[in-house]
Amino acid sequence: MTGPDRPHSPSGDGTPAPRRSPWRPRSRQGRAGPLTYLVLIGVTVVSVFPLYWTLVAATRTNAEINSVPPPMLPGGNLMKNIDLAYDQIDLTKAILNSLIVSGSIAVGTVMFCTLAGFAFAKLRFRFNNLLFGLTLGTMMIPPSLGAIPLYMMMVELGWIDHLQAVVLPTLVSAFGVFFMRQYLVEALPNELLEAGWVDGASTFRVFRSIVLPIARPAMAVLGMLVFLQAWNDFFWPILALTANNPTVQVALNNLGQGYVPDRSVIMAGTFLTTIPVIAVFILLGRQIVGGIMQGAIKG
Amino acid sequence: MFKARRRAGQGSAPYLFVAPFFLVFAAFGLFPILYTAWVSLHAVDLQNPNESTWVGLENYRKLFSSDFFWNALENTFTIGVISTVPQLCIALGIAHLLNYRLRGRTFFRVAMLMPYATSVAAATLVFSGLFGRDFGMINWLLGQVGVNPVDWDSGRWTSQNALSTIITWRWVGYNALIYLAGMQSVPADLYESAAIDGASRWQQFRYVTIPSLRPTILFTIVVSTIGAIQVFGEPLLFGGVSGHLGGAGRQYQTLGVLLYDEGWFNYKLGYAAAVAWTMFVIIVVAVLVNTTLARRRWRNAA
Repeated sequence: MTGPDRPHSPSGDGTPAPRRSPWRPRSRQGRAGPLTYLVLIGVTVVSVFPLYWTLVAATRTNAEINSVPPPMLPGGNLMKNIDLAYDQIDLTKAILNSLIVSGSIAVGTVMFCTLAGFAFAKLRFRFNNLLFGLTLGTMMIPPSLGAIPLYMMMVELGWIDHLQAVVLPTLVSAFGVFFMRQYLVEALPNELLEAGWVDGASTFRVFRSIVLPIARPAMAVLGMLVFLQAWNDFFWPILALTANNPTVQVALNNLGQGYVPDRSVIMAGTFLTTIPVIAVFILLGRQIVGGIMQGAIKG
Repeated sequence: MFKARRRAGQGSAPYLFVAPFFLVFAAFGLFPILYTAWVSLHAVDLQNPNESTWVGLENYRKLFSSDFFWNALENTFTIGVISTVPQLCIALGIAHLLNYRLRGRTFFRVAMLMPYATSVAAATLVFSGLFGRDFGMINWLLGQVGVNPVDWDSGRWTSQNALSTIITWRWVGYNALIYLAGMQSVPADLYESAAIDGASRWQQFRYVTIPSLRPTILFTIVVSTIGAIQVFGEPLLFGGVSGHLGGAGRQYQTLGVLLYDEGWFNYKLGYAAAVAWTMFVIIVVAVLVNTTLARRRWRNAA
């Protein structure tokens, strides 16, 4: 799909073909038949049902969840279940921590990736292609495999159980650099940049007053993607943080691995920490879908 | 003077623009991975991680003679295969359907991406309930068609299928969108000329869509392979209190979980580093095998 404000969209529906020609498909593929809708609705149900079930289970008692047939509508036990989940772990703190961590990571990543993406897209320097190739290469390196030295580093710094232990290592994204570069190559007119330079503005000045305003839509999409990833990140946070200062995922790990007797309580914790993200996701879904699809088109 | 310099380049500014990315990556991405190899040659205690004793290749010797390692390697492989192969095929099919002219296409796309927005932890906790032996909804559904309750957690094959269901559920919509993006950049006239030549819908899919998607398919295979070798959160949380073993009988302990178990439950960080470095080597080999095989097959096919 197209990102916001992309001037020349390659999307299928923009083709100026005749509106309805009965004998030949207008776009790349024909109109969807009933079977297509049926299958897609089936996939949608499977995609959404586990989330809906979280809501049902979180609002019921354990006995109700375990009855046969299982309940399909929400009940009235949500507050009690949430109270019991709070006995295990401070979910408010977890949600606040996750907001701080994911927010900082999103802001930092977007900043660094916009800077680098702009340089790779529009600046001429000696190692441009080599360094950009290296950046793409780093996408293949799984950062979680460096967790042990990273852990030792954080112990040495005394940062275990501090949020910066999670924020700092996650502050850059090769995908983000790639994403910003692809956007700026097309969206940023060279004439505009040269006009800035002719006026004697420094490259940083040009970046602030010309590049940033143009990059804003892509920065917003990248910010959402990074925020979502940071919110859901699991492996490193459960090593770097404990139940004393958890993010949402650390809290869920504790609920899931602890001796919590009631499944409804676990589901209440899951519901409370997942539903805000899903709600925001539904609101911004169109942009996030666009961002993922835009990032997917690569050489 | 100024103009000439502008034309040649922008002085040191470009380096300053890319520096933050490379500095952070070097410090927290590249250095830890490389240093993992060094740590793996030492004995390091989790409770005293700043003291290490040189042991040479001892960690690797122990690792390769450990049944737990070979068990985890096999589990990682089987879970990887049954969670990525069907997933990518289904994703391709869904993308094909999404590529028709549809009413409510944004609705379908967003709905299918909702599992991707759900965290590993949340998804696994929900599915652990659905896969419950006594009261799980999946067993209840199976009961409706006359199948006896399955003890999903305790069997090797059943538990690994449950895990692959969770992984597939989370990633299939995401990969479908990646394929859809690839499909939409296929020139429309390829389809039109295929249609004029009398190609059926299936033939168009087989001979126009798939060949055009090759780079995208390779990309998703590589990314899924890297992800599959590191599978961690799903088996850890699916196992509840025995999660760090990957089930009571280690029936679904993956390499990632073994790393965590050795490092953070047995306190052997050096040994865990040997697991991590082995995983890294496996990933590099797997990616190389993937890309070479794909290239060779396509060259033969062409």
